[in-house]
Amino acid sequence: MYKFTMENSQSNKQADSFSCNFTDDGKGGLLLKITGSINTYNSGSFIKEVKGYLKTVPNSSITVDLEKVSYLDDYGVLVLSEIRDMFPDDGAFKIINPGERASDILSIMDFDSIGKGSGKKTENPSNFIIRLGEDTITVMSDLKYMASFLGSVCLAILYVCMHPRSLRFGDTIHYMKRAGVDALPIVGLISFLLGLIIAFMSSIQLKQLGADILVAPLVAVAMTYELGPIMTCILVAGRSGSSFASEIGTMKVSEEIDALFTMGFDPTRFLVLPKMLASVIVVPILILFSDICAILGGLVVGVFVMDLTTNAYISQTLKSLTLFYIFWGVLKSAVFSVVISWVGCLMGFQVKGGADSVGKATTSAVVRSIFFIIIIDAVFAMIHIYWF
Amino acid sequence: MKDKAIIKVENLVGGYGETVILDNITFDVKEGEIFVILGGSGCGKSTLLKHLIGLITPLSGTVAIDGDRITEDDEKSFERILRKIGVLYQSSALLGSMTVGENIALPIREYTDLSDDSIERMVEMKLKLVGLEGYANHLPSEISGGMKKRAGLARAMALNPKILFFDEPSAGLDPVTSAGLDDLIINLNNILGTTMVVVTHELSSIFSIAHRIIMLDKQTKGIIAEGDPEYLRNHSLNKSVKEFFNPERENRLENNA
Repeated sequence: MYKFTMENSQSNKQADSFSCNFTDDGKGGLLLKITGSINTYNSGSFIKEVKGYLKTVPNSSITVDLEKVSYLDDYGVLVLSEIRDMFPDDGAFKIINPGERASDILSIMDFDSIGKGSGKKTENPSNFIIRLGEDTITVMSDLKYMASFLGSVCLAILYVCMHPRSLRFGDTIHYMKRAGVDALPIVGLISFLLGLIIAFMSSIQLKQLGADILVAPLVAVAMTYELGPIMTCILVAGRSGSSFASEIGTMKVSEEIDALFTMGFDPTRFLVLPKMLASVIVVPILILFSDICAILGGLVVGVFVMDLTTNAYISQTLKSLTLFYIFWGVLKSAVFSVVISWVGCLMGFQVKGGADSVGKATTSAVVRSIFFIIIIDAVFAMIHIYWF
Repeated sequence: MKDKAIIKVENLVGGYGETVILDNITFDVKEGEIFVILGGSGCGKSTLLKHLIGLITPLSGTVAIDGDRITEDDEKSFERILRKIGVLYQSSALLGSMTVGENIALPIREYTDLSDDSIERMVEMKLKLVGLEGYANHLPSEISGGMKKRAGLARAMALNPKILFFDEPSAGLDPVTSAGLDDLIINLNNILGTTMVVVTHELSSIFSIAHRIIMLDKQTKGIIAEGDPEYLRNHSLNKSVKEFFNPERENRLENNA
């Protein structure tokens, strides 16, 4: 004979107590008398106890007496079904004296079929070739969608060129503020610090050669030509590209895009063009602002750390800075801004499903934008070297 | 049905910030009954529900569930309350990144000490109870609105709470599916004895499920009717109540004349 009792299991105060009493049923099998309640919170420990005991005493059959059970819900049914499955032989498991309520629940839960029938679906992990094929198809259809989206953007631009009044000016102004004006503080700060750092680091090297004054052209050219556009556009990708993607993605999830379409609006023209136009107008201006801040940062180091005069620093800067460098930086940034808004909107439109899909779209909008920015920057560098 | 009150609402003043939507409301929900909160759009049904499940704190007055008062001050008692309730949200609120089975397993895994195999079996049992067997491996986005409601219900009752709250269970469902859901509510109430609090404005489901109702009104910001729905339909003298139960056009014209 074996007995165990559980008073309010430690983990949960709501669990009521139960006790189990194993005896011989006189016919060579086990008789299990359960007293108390089996519910949500004590069923786990119940199963563990009973299974633990049954493993130590191998037996061919069991009879479960429910006479003294005060409460039994579907967790109790679960417990009984697990005990039953330890006695797989026909007729090896029996329930006696179930109360009215317990037999109701057993019949409603369809006790006999629990754990049978449906069974676990074991999905075969697909092999390497199938996965390679699937991924290739995904990438191809991705590329196809990107191309067709680019096409629809071009069509929308053409349409707006012919019907300028169809452009949503209000939205464009709104996005110009969000992508441009609101970005001024962070762009200014980052550029200023970047100018400061470049000047500081280069001053250490240039001092050894007695070429202190060259810090000014170095900061000016590096920032206007290369670092300003790159840094600013990475910032814009993080701020605006991500917000474009999540905005359009959420609209897609809540069927707003479908609503626009059925009202006869072209979603591309309605949503993408204002964002793209706003970026193209605003980002080059941000670049100019960033150039000025960076040169100011360099100036601070030049004047306060390296004892140059303000006049000398500025005249050196102006001497080295040709209009070409500034223009080249601005041109690059205009192309970057098109890419950022295009990728951001594209990722937004590709959202399918729910919240996590919007998150993924936002991430890949930023990552892809930055990737494209670097690639295009390399192309620009090539063009500069071989054609000018 | 026992006569013990499981939810007690006393002098509840509810709303958001400065806006008072419910003014001085008092009522009880008895253990084991199906209690329906109804009223026209914008009368504060959903706000009342949010107060009952502790999503917003009352401006004044008290809400007590099974003896525990809902307050922000006592986290322990609030947790105790949360174990006793389950909520089926209007949009089902299944987590989109998990399968239906994982959604239901989530509370079971967190609050019981069942093994993974037992949890899986429990999930199948719960799904069967709501008539969704075999859908454990589907994502919420792959099943229909009515199925989502039933999966949400399975999740709400995963731990066999004492009280289930339903926010407009039939919203967005066709009449047949919605009647099926009503049957499910009645069945579960019978089998498990769960107290059900249902917010709705579907006349047909009110008459089929409700043991007792309260009706809220936008103008008075309070309860204008309480009791058995059939009796109220036939005997209430209140104009708004009559109009609600008999919304046919000629009745409204007659009342307005």
